[in-house]
Amino acid sequence: MNTFDDLYQEIVLDHYRSPRNKARLDNVPESMVHENPSCGDAIKLEVTLDDSGKVTGIRFDGRGCAISTASASLMTEKLRGLTVEEARSVAHRFIRSLRGDEPLEELDNMGDLVAFKGVAQFPVRVKCATLAWHALLLSLPEVKGTSAA
Amino acid sequence: MAIAKVTHMGARTVEDVREDFPILDRTVHGKPLAYLDNAATSQKPRAVLDAIRVYYERGNANVHRALHALGEEATAAFEQNRGKVQRFLNARSKSEIVFTRGTTEAINLVASSWGDKFLKKGDVVLLTDMEHHSNLVPWQLLCARKGCTLAFIPLTPEGGLDLAAAEREWTDRIRMVALTHVSNVLGTVNDVKTITRLAHARGALVLVDGAQSVPHFRVDVTDIDCDFLAFSGHKMCAPMGIGILFGREQLLEQMPPWMGGGEMISAVYREKSTWNELPYKFEAGTPNVEGAIGLGAAIDYLHGLEFSAIEAWEAELARYALQRLQEVPALTLYGTAPRRGAVISFNLGSIHAHDIAQYLDKEGIAVRAGHHCAQPLMRLLDIPGTARASFSFYNTFSEINRLHDALLGAAEFYA
Repeated sequence: MNTFDDLYQEIVLDHYRSPRNKARLDNVPESMVHENPSCGDAIKLEVTLDDSGKVTGIRFDGRGCAISTASASLMTEKLRGLTVEEARSVAHRFIRSLRGDEPLEELDNMGDLVAFKGVAQFPVRVKCATLAWHALLLSLPEVKGTSAA
Repeated sequence: MAIAKVTHMGARTVEDVREDFPILDRTVHGKPLAYLDNAATSQKPRAVLDAIRVYYERGNANVHRALHALGEEATAAFEQNRGKVQRFLNARSKSEIVFTRGTTEAINLVASSWGDKFLKKGDVVLLTDMEHHSNLVPWQLLCARKGCTLAFIPLTPEGGLDLAAAEREWTDRIRMVALTHVSNVLGTVNDVKTITRLAHARGALVLVDGAQSVPHFRVDVTDIDCDFLAFSGHKMCAPMGIGILFGREQLLEQMPPWMGGGEMISAVYREKSTWNELPYKFEAGTPNVEGAIGLGAAIDYLHGLEFSAIEAWEAELARYALQRLQEVPALTLYGTAPRRGAVISFNLGSIHAHDIAQYLDKEGIAVRAGHHCAQPLMRLLDIPGTARASFSFYNTFSEINRLHDALLGAAEFYA
């Protein structure tokens, strides 16, 4: 078992080296920065929605390790076109399966996110992989009539 | 490639000394372990492990009140080890040696007991900009309780203490100077003797955090003339959960107990109690006898190697590691003070410290990465964290070469 290669899969390294939708978000206030104090990682997000409440784009700004950067980058691609409710549901499934609250195999049905399956073997790094997703849950607007995810 | 000037510790080679540490022959991810996280905790020699095992197999009993043979033996062993610590630190009396769980507990004891009794609103506790959270947060809690404030001795660009600035801005409200002897991030060895002289001349007490110094060179509390010294056993070959507070006897006498329970009392009535003599006043509850025995065995072990030899070899390791790390392109070192211990913090280009550490782990090399419990210092340096290699006397040049090569590998991997 090469656990290191499981952690840094090619797609993870690709998104780390060339993060998608990473931009300077000086307009997003510092109070919206989501941090992981244990490693100094920090991220802020800008989520844009259309009139029907669908995610038309997510951009992120911040500093982090390869895992947290790649996870943020993949997230911005994965959630485009989803409703707020759907995006929230994907985020919950991703976080819950990495934390072991749901079977890790859930990730098999989540497209490129399966690349983070190896992270589960490194409990310290789970926080890195989920940082952007926690930030997202805080950034998404509450939608009327949505039952708690 | 440089050749070590020192190759022996006393009469023994480093390779020979490594044989004393069972863990050092294990592999990690199929590679030999290179343990370079000694500032976090040291590995344990067989002599210490044996002493603990023998205590439990042949001598285990609770201390201080048992009238049976085992109880008397355990009490004698516990107190003998207190004596060992006293001589090790060159303290005047065994009453000045309080067993604690570690450095953190020792500092909390002083902040609570001394601080609550002697500090008044408006008083100042002077720290430095390189403190570990354990020598910062207890003082923050104290200041919140008592309406006191904290001040900080600033750093020089090399990562030393700017004592001229401290002297210039000294106020007579400073009652306590609490500072680390050796920075767990920058490696800087602070001149605590000069600081003690400075503080005492101005009516302030001095607490030295010896967590990173006591394991690496002789620390003589009479020579330094500090009022308190705190350190942990587990960073100097002893088990976790044992540490020491040294305090000047006349200060400890005036300080109230900070935890109540068995052993710390003299007479107990329904409404009130009187306190046991020093140092027992500060040792409530069944103490960590195993830890004290392990710490005593560790002190004996280190004496056997000779501290001067340990210091010389670790200085060689630091010098060689600094030289080899500086050969790695895009590597930034933090802390270049002239007097430094074998603790080296660095970053590699824009690679996150956790990614560096993960790559090194793959190669069997254990380093630490993150803020090292020194978030204010990280903020000053304007970095989220560093990777840190910290050495002990059982480390080798060949491990440093592996670190160098693995860093080149990491730079390529994350490029």
